[in-house]
Amino acid sequence: MSIVLYIVAYAAIVVFFGAVLLRVVFWTKMPAHVRWELYPVAHEGKKASYGGSYLEEPEWWTKQRHVSLWAEAKAMFIEIVFLAALWEHNRKMWFRSFPFHFGLYLIISATGVMVFASLLALVWPAAIASWFGGLLQVVTIVLGFAGMVLSLFGAAGLIHRRLTDEDLRDFTSASDIFNLLFFVGAFGLAFITWIAIDHDFSLVSYFVYNLVSFKMAAIPVHGTGAALFGLTIISLSALLAYIPMTHMSHFVGKYFAYHSIRWNDAPNLKNGKEEEEIEGLLTLPVSWSAEHIGGDGKKSWAQVATEEVKK
Amino acid sequence: MKRPPSVKTIAKGVEPLAEVLWEDQEPLPPPFDKADTEPGFKRLTEKAGQTLVVLDDTIALNIPVPESKEQEEKLVNGFISGLRKSISAEDNWTFLQPFMLSLEHCAKCQTCSDSCHIYLESGRNPLYRPTYRSEILRRIYLKYIKGKSRWHHGDIDLNWKTVTRLIELSYRCNICRRCAQTCPIGCDNALMAREIRKIASQEMGIAPKELHENGSVLQLKVGSSTGMNSLVVKDNVDFIDEDTSEITGIEVHTPFDKKGAEILLVHNAGEIMAWPENVGSFSLIFQQAGLDWCMSSEAPAYDGINYGVFYDDVQFARTAVRHAKVAAELGVKKIVIAECGHANKALTVIADRLLTGDINVPRENAIVLLRDIVCSGKLKLDPSRNDFPVTLHDPCNMVRLMGIVKPQRDILEAILPPGRFREMEPHGVHNFCCGGGSGFAIMSGHNFADWRHHVSGRRKFRQILEAFKDEPMDPEHPKYVCAPCSNCKGQIRDIFAYYGATKKAGLHYGGLVELIVNAMVDVKPGYINFEDEM
Repeated sequence: MSIVLYIVAYAAIVVFFGAVLLRVVFWTKMPAHVRWELYPVAHEGKKASYGGSYLEEPEWWTKQRHVSLWAEAKAMFIEIVFLAALWEHNRKMWFRSFPFHFGLYLIISATGVMVFASLLALVWPAAIASWFGGLLQVVTIVLGFAGMVLSLFGAAGLIHRRLTDEDLRDFTSASDIFNLLFFVGAFGLAFITWIAIDHDFSLVSYFVYNLVSFKMAAIPVHGTGAALFGLTIISLSALLAYIPMTHMSHFVGKYFAYHSIRWNDAPNLKNGKEEEEIEGLLTLPVSWSAEHIGGDGKKSWAQVATEEVKK
Repeated sequence: MKRPPSVKTIAKGVEPLAEVLWEDQEPLPPPFDKADTEPGFKRLTEKAGQTLVVLDDTIALNIPVPESKEQEEKLVNGFISGLRKSISAEDNWTFLQPFMLSLEHCAKCQTCSDSCHIYLESGRNPLYRPTYRSEILRRIYLKYIKGKSRWHHGDIDLNWKTVTRLIELSYRCNICRRCAQTCPIGCDNALMAREIRKIASQEMGIAPKELHENGSVLQLKVGSSTGMNSLVVKDNVDFIDEDTSEITGIEVHTPFDKKGAEILLVHNAGEIMAWPENVGSFSLIFQQAGLDWCMSSEAPAYDGINYGVFYDDVQFARTAVRHAKVAAELGVKKIVIAECGHANKALTVIADRLLTGDINVPRENAIVLLRDIVCSGKLKLDPSRNDFPVTLHDPCNMVRLMGIVKPQRDILEAILPPGRFREMEPHGVHNFCCGGGSGFAIMSGHNFADWRHHVSGRRKFRQILEAFKDEPMDPEHPKYVCAPCSNCKGQIRDIFAYYGATKKAGLHYGGLVELIVNAMVDVKPGYINFEDEM
């Protein structure tokens, strides 16, 4: 039975990272677009405090542009961890969405600690046998427990809001509710498993250790407990594989929405690196059918933009 | 309030889906807080309501109600064909990634709704939510292009009503992108409105007459959407020079077509027609500051407008390329774009990734240059000449979408007496649109002008009244709204006329350069004359 769980977990991990990678490649391979930035742009440093840009400088093209990656990282951190935009503009939603997302981060962190402990056990078993191993276990328990509770509370709150708020109901599809119920189901099972048979996270830590070390050893649990543990692993694995197939993969899209669009203010300087790519894009054919364009799928953007206009 | 009960309603019936009623709207601040202080909202004629596609209280596009099955199918097929092209890298590389990200990742949390001045001032009518039109487009895309089940993303019926109302609805958004600022994921519902406009224009040939035939087409044919050709422009600017010389006591001469000049100054030609004092002020300031500059009499560089930015990438690219070519042929060091928000954004930001090689001439916002002039001491200035309350409107295109926030404030600090400047709330990059953005300021068919005063421009009028709330609201105490953008200025002019704000409350408007000239010691006092405007 245990081997099935390992196979399911491996498959979910492969599907998750594969699908996320495909999404990243999909967005990365898109052609360059025209500039469409939106201020404030975080990397403008001091100017970002009031939404200013390098375009405020006289003859800006003659000056060195200062791009503060630190300011960008800070803004990203605050936005990702605390959902700052939601806090500022939609407080009611934040009180449900923040615990949901923060709970997920804690669960991911707990998983990260278990993976770290597993690796440490492989390369330096003495460290895990010491007080440090105990500390890692306590951290796992705290992060895992808090993560499950927060996510469950947040997901239930989001379902309630989507079903009861008039503004949201009309825009909510069956899949939106299903996705949230999936979280409630999977984390609910995990929570019951924690209470019933794994309150010190030893079973799940052992499972992670076997995944990391490719040992696939039997899980020391029997009867109802084994069934509960198995169901939990299967549902969490299914959830992991399901996320990148849906619009819940917006964590990938959000990166591009910020970095490639909102904050993408890189100027196209004469003889700069952007010019070559733009010249390639201008050779793409146009097939828009309206009379004033008359795109025939052969004329290029450059030709359409520069052709004589009928007087 | 007549409210569309759901997203799916767009496909049903032929009656208007929404009606904005005064009793649903939040009252304006005094002295416009009573029902009898609001002008009447002209209603659509019965004939228009029967023969044209109707969405709500007004009409922007004049799409005839189809008379046959073939016409209905043509509308639907045209839209689907355009939508397919808008997700193709060849036909829409210009906006493919921003469009697809917004199409695929909206969480429909409605965080953006309360950022939209049109939604707020309609009395929160769901039809005007930033997400309403996007959700319809998304459902069409998922159901009819991607073939997904309605279980995934909700259902929508696709028929001529859905298509035509959706296109009409794309002209109930100012594309100010305030909603995009608030989105936790980074989706851009303003961009979605613009993409719908593009599908309509680029594939179906549907666009407002004011923007297309009388706008970008006329500009490409004649040189300016005002209809002015090269000779008329030069003549008019000569007259402006004469007038400015007479009023200011300083001989002003605007140079044209100076080969190798440092600066090519590009105005919105609407200034030449409607606000000649703005053009005259620029000429005077540049001349007195000793700049090496000129205007161009070559079409279309004497008109910096580019209405393609509102609805059509091809018309946009054609205009931008022509603007840049003229500058390259003159051999100027830089193009300076005067007080016109969309002209600045169009040529400096959006066209940035279209202009290559010789036509990649650097572009600069005039306010940045003006700040240099004012703060350098090249002009002798007396702030006490501007001794009246002033507030500043931040044009979305220049501020939220270009990050030019501080230079105009530095200038005002230098030319106003202490305590005379007051910010609107919110301001800077978080400002509200004037309600005339994305072409609305020049659109006035049927009762569209009434709609933009009564709904889209109402938030700006509210902000102006609130900015001056501590001042006596009567004509004896003039108050100045500085709006350094032609379209915004046109919209504010129209709002003031609609509400009788100048006569009733002493509200005046104008650009930034007029305030600078008014403070110049060498100029005869009284350049800004409030009595003339009454």
